[in-house]
Amino acid sequence: MVEINPLVIFVASIFTNNMILANFLGMCSFIAVSNEIETSFSLGQAVTFVLTATSVLNYLIYHYVLVPYNLEYLRFIIFIIVIAAFVQLVEMIIERYFENLYYSLGIFLPLITVNCAILGVSLFMVIRDYNLLQSLLFGAGSGIGWTLAIVAMAGIRKKLKTASIPKGLEGPGITLIITGIMALAFLGFSGIVKIQ
Amino acid sequence: MTVIIRTVVIISGISGSLAYLLSLANKVIANYGEKKLIINDDKEYTVTGGDTLLSSLIEQEVFIPSACGGKGSCGYCKVKVLEGGGRFLPTESGYVTKEEKEKGVRLSCQLKVKEDIRIKIPEELFNVKQYDYYIDFIEDVTDKIKYIRVNLPEGKEINFKPGQYIQLLTPKYKGNPEEIYRAYSIASSPNDATSVELFIGFVPEGIATTYVHEHLEPSDRLTLVGPYGEFYYHPGDREMIMVAIGTGLAPIMSILRYMRDEQINRKVTFYFGSRTRSDLYMMDELRQLEEELPNFKLRVCLSRPTKACNWDGDEGRVTDLLEKYMTETGEKEAYLCGSPPMIDSVIEILKDKGIPEELIYYDKFE
Repeated sequence: MVEINPLVIFVASIFTNNMILANFLGMCSFIAVSNEIETSFSLGQAVTFVLTATSVLNYLIYHYVLVPYNLEYLRFIIFIIVIAAFVQLVEMIIERYFENLYYSLGIFLPLITVNCAILGVSLFMVIRDYNLLQSLLFGAGSGIGWTLAIVAMAGIRKKLKTASIPKGLEGPGITLIITGIMALAFLGFSGIVKIQ
Repeated sequence: MTVIIRTVVIISGISGSLAYLLSLANKVIANYGEKKLIINDDKEYTVTGGDTLLSSLIEQEVFIPSACGGKGSCGYCKVKVLEGGGRFLPTESGYVTKEEKEKGVRLSCQLKVKEDIRIKIPEELFNVKQYDYYIDFIEDVTDKIKYIRVNLPEGKEINFKPGQYIQLLTPKYKGNPEEIYRAYSIASSPNDATSVELFIGFVPEGIATTYVHEHLEPSDRLTLVGPYGEFYYHPGDREMIMVAIGTGLAPIMSILRYMRDEQINRKVTFYFGSRTRSDLYMMDELRQLEEELPNFKLRVCLSRPTKACNWDGDEGRVTDLLEKYMTETGEKEAYLCGSPPMIDSVIEILKDKGIPEELIYYDKFE
């Protein structure tokens, strides 16, 4: 067990170890959905929910089922099954209760299943040997960090709509460049706390 | 061994319990209850909420044309939604034009019924049914055309107007990865409501024709849905001009057989064009119809007769035949069936000969 204050992990996963800007995980929906602030925020919430829930669930399954039976080598398939089931659940809820959101997210909602940020969190949690509380806060923090990044990007892209961008850079091109610059900016946080 | 079994049991246990939870959630969250489906402000059905409109309609035996089977890739299953359709979906925008969208047209395979819904569909669609027909016979009438007769399942009937068509569902076969529908005109008389006859010409690389010509066995069943179509016999007293080439004979045959069955003695002239003598078919029955219908005259021409044809009749295309024989006296209406270029040129001739455009009915085989 690593001796890091869970709150440090929480803050670090938002700022210094941001899933998108430090690890470059979960990029596809980040680039595709960051057109509008509102949609981005909603997708961020969905990702945060799935991240938090799956990191806890995967922690429990990993430590109480897989480890006792020496089945750690099965963690990929188990983690993915758990994530897929959770995304399915989130999709049902959103389709039923937030219909507009359901249509604006489109295919990117089910694609949370293969969002690498989510599997990434579950795997980091195992590799870094976090305990349950640390995992929970790591999951939630990563989700919030992801939301922060995508909402910030959506805000920038909103301004970009009126900017004149060279034709070849419109859309994903300029988004990737901005992501890089944002990552540099976030590097500035790295002095605050450090995990790993 | 025990390790393997234990692994399998654990993985299955985890996935099983997740599946159980999801099914529970599906029952609770995705359950929209029963919804009312009102068609043309007349018929009211109760359907399961959450299903697509297309599948709800099929469940109520209302068959909206659909070629792709609800995948949202053909755009045939459009219906007009008056109320309760919910939001217009991005998956529909490729097939529904802006003008249609404003009128409330939706793609029924994409729209999910989540509230009571009111729609409008053409009244004829209530007549459309899909059945797996038994094959009575398949016969080669020329080297390119197969004559097929199929029977409806026990106790079922089909009601159509002579001249209408039916869609054949081509199943997947080697070389055809997708089920598709193709339209074929019905050649039999509507008075025979328990079977359907079709003429199916061979088209190189045609998906449905290849299926019928190369894969269909007499023991197979043929899935047909119909009838559809705006081309059909119009009752009245006007003289009828009929023009067909190739498999365009089918709807004409249906009309003539219907007239024989009903003993309708209108004046009819049928101009039938073909390439060579061996491309002519159903000639015995047409000659017999000529005897049974006193006012029916058959005129046949060959566009490329060879020596082997031993042909002493008219040569040329059906357009030549019309120029030669058609009179300009009396009120007439026309029924044309065949390839689009033939129909276009025939329409010109008929208009010149004084038939108003609205009395020229045609079915272009594309």
